[in-house]
Amino acid sequence: MSAKAKTPAVPAYADTQLRGKVLRRIRSRPTTRGAAILLGVMVLLALLAPVIAPQNPHDLASLSVMDNRLPPGEAGMTGVTYWLGTDSQGRDMLSAILYGLRTSLMVGLSATLGALFIGISAGLLAAQFGGAVDAVIMRVVDFMLGFPSILIALVLLASIGRGVDKVILAIVLVQWAQYARLMRASALVERRKEYIEAALNFGLPTRYIMIAHLLPNSVGSVLVVASISVASAITLEATLSFLGVGVPVTQPSLGLLIANGFEFLLSGEYWIAVFPGIALVLLIVSLNLVGDRLRRSFNVRS
Amino acid sequence: MSDALLEVRGLRTVFHALDGAWPAVDGVDFNVARGEVLGLVGESGSGKSVTGFSLVRLIDPPGEIVSGTISFDGEDLLGASEERLRALRGDRIAMIFQDPLMTLNPVLSIGEQMSEAILEHRACSRAEALAKAAEALARVGISSPEARLRQFPHEFSGGMRQRVAIATALLNAPDLIIADEPTTALDVTIQSQILFEVQKLSRETGTAVLWITHDLAVVAELADRVAVMYAGRIVEIGPVDQVLDAPRHPYTIGLLKSSATMVAPGERLHQIDGVAPRIDARPSGCPFRPRCLRVQPICADEDPAATGQGGHSFRCHNPVPAGDAA
Amino acid sequence: MTAYVLQRLIQSVLVLLAVSVVVFFAVYGIGDPIELLVSPQVSAAEREALIRRLGLDLPVWQQYFVFMGNALKGDLGRSFVHGVPAIELILARLPATFELVLLAMTFAIFTGVPLGLFAGLDPESRPSRIIMAGTVLGYSLPSFWKGMMLILLFAVVLGWLPTAGRGETVTVLGISTSLLTLDGLRHLVLPALNLAIPNMALMIRLVAAGTTETMTQDYVKYARAKGVRPRRIVGRHVLRNILIPVVTVVGIEFGSLVAFSTITETVFAWPGMGKLLIDSVYQLDRPVVVAYVLLATLLFVTVNFLVDILYAALDPRVKLTGEMA
Repeated sequence: MSAKAKTPAVPAYADTQLRGKVLRRIRSRPTTRGAAILLGVMVLLALLAPVIAPQNPHDLASLSVMDNRLPPGEAGMTGVTYWLGTDSQGRDMLSAILYGLRTSLMVGLSATLGALFIGISAGLLAAQFGGAVDAVIMRVVDFMLGFPSILIALVLLASIGRGVDKVILAIVLVQWAQYARLMRASALVERRKEYIEAALNFGLPTRYIMIAHLLPNSVGSVLVVASISVASAITLEATLSFLGVGVPVTQPSLGLLIANGFEFLLSGEYWIAVFPGIALVLLIVSLNLVGDRLRRSFNVRS
Repeated sequence: MSDALLEVRGLRTVFHALDGAWPAVDGVDFNVARGEVLGLVGESGSGKSVTGFSLVRLIDPPGEIVSGTISFDGEDLLGASEERLRALRGDRIAMIFQDPLMTLNPVLSIGEQMSEAILEHRACSRAEALAKAAEALARVGISSPEARLRQFPHEFSGGMRQRVAIATALLNAPDLIIADEPTTALDVTIQSQILFEVQKLSRETGTAVLWITHDLAVVAELADRVAVMYAGRIVEIGPVDQVLDAPRHPYTIGLLKSSATMVAPGERLHQIDGVAPRIDARPSGCPFRPRCLRVQPICADEDPAATGQGGHSFRCHNPVPAGDAA
Repeated sequence: MTAYVLQRLIQSVLVLLAVSVVVFFAVYGIGDPIELLVSPQVSAAEREALIRRLGLDLPVWQQYFVFMGNALKGDLGRSFVHGVPAIELILARLPATFELVLLAMTFAIFTGVPLGLFAGLDPESRPSRIIMAGTVLGYSLPSFWKGMMLILLFAVVLGWLPTAGRGETVTVLGISTSLLTLDGLRHLVLPALNLAIPNMALMIRLVAAGTTETMTQDYVKYARAKGVRPRRIVGRHVLRNILIPVVTVVGIEFGSLVAFSTITETVFAWPGMGKLLIDSVYQLDRPVVVAYVLLATLLFVTVNFLVDILYAALDPRVKLTGEMA
């Protein structure tokens, strides 16, 4: 890069279209800044839901059944305008969506964190100790990854019942294995480096080396992949809740809101299912775009 | 010169990058007569392979041929339609690639890959095409060719695969074969066998050959004429005995002195100082000037034009005097 | 070859055993099915009798051995709810799921491969980039949401297709199918499409990436230098190479299609195995859940095995040996 001629050798191009094409390929794509902003706004809305929501949708006393299934923009008995309409219990959809967003994000993030913790630990142990430890951990990982995630989660929830904590547990169980495999792979690469060997020869305790050297230097790619997996955790939660084995009706996530609105979709009362659905889609797509961007800029292959 | 099979004038092929379009081939002129073997010599990055691929317009983005003319048997190739070019490729102009391990499709049988070179150009039955392919394999010294046709590339050694490529090139009795360093990836004994065979076949069939190589020894053994490329230009061209015995361009001399097989035993092997300039960092004037032992002030200002007589020409402001062999 | 097949068979049996243990013990915690089956008015004696008849009084591990013993005889237990053998219940629903999965896979291949080729041959063009952006939506959006949107568009707004259920079926060779009646097909199109979308997306991405990569290979350039027509280069040289990963993925995805049909069947009220699984989960019908998972595992294992064999047939470089994992 140092020795560059002062001027390009050929100032005129026979085919400017070709040149444009080539340039487009080299330059980065239009950024995902929009997605990042959208994601930030959604997270903020979810955090502030109790403050900004017109209504507390979990508080049945504040609902007016007379206002049930009002179309968007309609005013209720008390004169409040329901900008996104109401559901069959007269619940303000806007408030329900804000709280649902909160539940969805909470479940998705906690499940990802839990899966990360288990996956990173398991991967690190497998890489550090090798042998039988590695074999056992990796066989379990292979076994888990051999089955469709939805099936594992369904069977687990079938046995432990529904609830926010149980959904989180199910998602953790489904997702930890991929992190374990990734962590093991990158820790194995790191372990062969000289500074780790030097530390081992130095007689430093294994636990110290694992936590102080191996972990921080190999965890990067796992975290990048986790940024996309938040989206799949949220999708899985929404699916389980839609199937009726996820979060309880007292704390509806976006998925459950959509499920509740499904029966009214056919009779034309689209807003009960469609608005929470749009929120869910925006959340998942923006998470995917931001995560994909991260993955590309850190050059991680998933 | 009018009886030339191939006539190349002012050929310029650039590669587009963020900061401009950089010429890999920068105004190249040469001819190839019928039945002649022309050696095209240069270091890697000199543009010799790009020249070879430009001749049949197999240049993909970000590369682009921007100017010049290529006339093959009187036909303008740069203006020809893509379909017309396709009809010429493999039929009248065949190519042999550098790496025999990469040029055969791993999942198609040798028979299919050879016969398609016939079937895509003329109407004949699959059986006839396969019979011709077997005949061509036998010609390049492959035993039990019928059985070999049913095999896949991974069942062939590197040398065998290159024989397959040569046999494929011969299938349609082309007027010109462009061989892009076909022996570089092979070991020395197989190399000379293949050289010998190509030379024999070229004599027998009257096929002209453009042999691209970095190895002057190969050229000395095989070629009628030689063109030396440096930084996208031909710096010296002429009959092989004239260029190799009485080189005029300092770069040619450097190449000769650095070639193990061209230097008399016991004599010191030289190296040209410095490295060939990157495509995007070529110096002004004569591109060889930073490495040249005979450099003059004018070399920085002006790119020398081709001079010389009797079919031996060179591009140098301060050439080695004729007869003053290095 | 024989050694390889044998090794794979042993592996498959081990996987099935592991699954049976895990699933049986996981589902054992499902709660007390007796509460669900017996009305509160029933006498204690009758309750006891029922518990004994269902084998629920034995310790878990003993229940497992009884279960495995019966399973080896082809008996996977009786449904608590329907009182018929679980396997019969599932097999009765199998054709509905199977035709759904089959049609979905067909959709995925016949749209995914051409679109992927198109996008891979000229990845910078606008249509290619639109296709690739579409694939991101295709596999990231939740399946139930896509299903609802299909219903909203094609059934509610346009009114072209029915919203739910299985249409008219005919019985061919003892198997009921809706592929042969117009009404059946009309009911089948939307659920099959919905099930196909993530796989279409996957197929497009796979084929596009493979095409782009293959097109830059020396052997493609060499084929062009031989004067091979573009149509043949793409149709033979490129496609033949891409076929290998495509077949592999089709095999792997077959399993996930069966699993994901659970969601699609729920959205479209399609009376297949997936719907049965969800209903059984609701009703704590333990034998059916266990039988479903075992059958699904058997299916995955068999399909993977077949894919490995097909893979070897497609790629001349692969030889099946006992060493292959």
